[in-house]
Amino acid sequence: MIKGHQTWVFESKPVIIGSAAIGGPFEAQGALANDFDLLHEDIWLGQDSFEKAEKKFMEQACETAIKKAGLKKEDIQFFMGGDLINQIISSSFTARTLGVPYLGLYGACSSSMEGLALASLLVDSKFAQNALAATSSHNGAAEKQYRYPTEYGAQKPPYAQWTVTGSGAAVVSQHGKGPRVVASTIGRVVDMGLSDPFNMGAAMAPAAVDTIEAHFRDLNIEPSQYDLIATGDLGRVGHEIAAELLKKHGINIPKEIFTDCGILIYKDDQPVFAGGSGCACAATTTYGHFISRMKRGELNKILVIATGALLSPMSYQQKESIPCIAHAVSIEM
Amino acid sequence: MDKLIWAFIIGGAICVIGQILMDSFKLTPAHTMCTLVVAGAVLGGLGLYDPLVKFAGAGASVPISSFGNQLVKGALQEAKQTGIIGVLTGIFEITSAGISAAIIFGFLSSLVFRPKG
Repeated sequence: MIKGHQTWVFESKPVIIGSAAIGGPFEAQGALANDFDLLHEDIWLGQDSFEKAEKKFMEQACETAIKKAGLKKEDIQFFMGGDLINQIISSSFTARTLGVPYLGLYGACSSSMEGLALASLLVDSKFAQNALAATSSHNGAAEKQYRYPTEYGAQKPPYAQWTVTGSGAAVVSQHGKGPRVVASTIGRVVDMGLSDPFNMGAAMAPAAVDTIEAHFRDLNIEPSQYDLIATGDLGRVGHEIAAELLKKHGINIPKEIFTDCGILIYKDDQPVFAGGSGCACAATTTYGHFISRMKRGELNKILVIATGALLSPMSYQQKESIPCIAHAVSIEM
Repeated sequence: MDKLIWAFIIGGAICVIGQILMDSFKLTPAHTMCTLVVAGAVLGGLGLYDPLVKFAGAGASVPISSFGNQLVKGALQEAKQTGIIGVLTGIFEITSAGISAAIIFGFLSSLVFRPKG
């Protein structure tokens, strides 16, 4: 059911009956290593390219999530996947392996919550019994796609971010035990004219603020109703900007509940510049860390706002600014 | 000893210019490199780069700007001997060692390492 301008309220409260987070070596050294289902020492996963490795990550995340849900892949009616590689091949090739009806998504790093929102919508409207949502990213593949070949060793400014290597997946179902998806706010594309592709956090912050504002306006609730409000991958620079903008807009989110997946995922002493980013950042943090915390009873109600920068290497070369988007999903135990 | 210090200062200064181009003027690494090559070529054409090399040694001859200077130097030298066509043939004359080294060592390291990142 639509509420307000752009928010879906899922009356049946679809259940996340299984979720999985798979990570690479850098994530294994990170702050949330304990909440990953599987961590790999080898960034290549025995494959001969980063792209093939990323597909493996996503396949494993999907398989693990389905297994944890106690289902078989035949029980999944729809698969919603998204990633950062050209023509979203990681998702499409994973869909080929799964053999499940598939909807490919591209919302850059916002795809994780876009997928979860759409899966919940399908389940809530009874167009699906079980739907699977997954996203992945790979540091090497993303560097190659968006920046420079990794062996080139180009310098990065301190506000750059580190793309998370891994994948997160969730099975959403009509019945079962687990955290429930209660609402979702679909974001608008916001472009404040920033064009530095290393400064994604600052570019995406206004989009996150726009969606957060819309969420509380549409549902007419207060931020304090949540135990945790986490942006996707704004990093330290972007998150600070978002916090400031929210204050200016009169939305007071208590500091202790407002965080960012890109800040949480790595330890302070890891050389990740301003923090983590990528489709797998919000996905692994939500489907691994947050859901584990909810199951442990530490969190009851959370809001995840996955942020995405909708640029392409081509648009950047043609000196276009970076349009950004954010989708919010509210989950409760 | 003097030369050593000047090499350090001049070489460092050229690198500082490169860093400023990247950090303050937001040039990409490729643009920065080209800018330094062109600057070296212009200075070489004006006859200013060779005195700099004489003064600072490796401090001026190792940075990429020296490559621009060598391109111009080769073209001018060959033009003197064989006329206008020498501009074309001379460009790679002095720089051929550097270019061949880049190709050969690039090839060799690609055999040893994984050039697929």
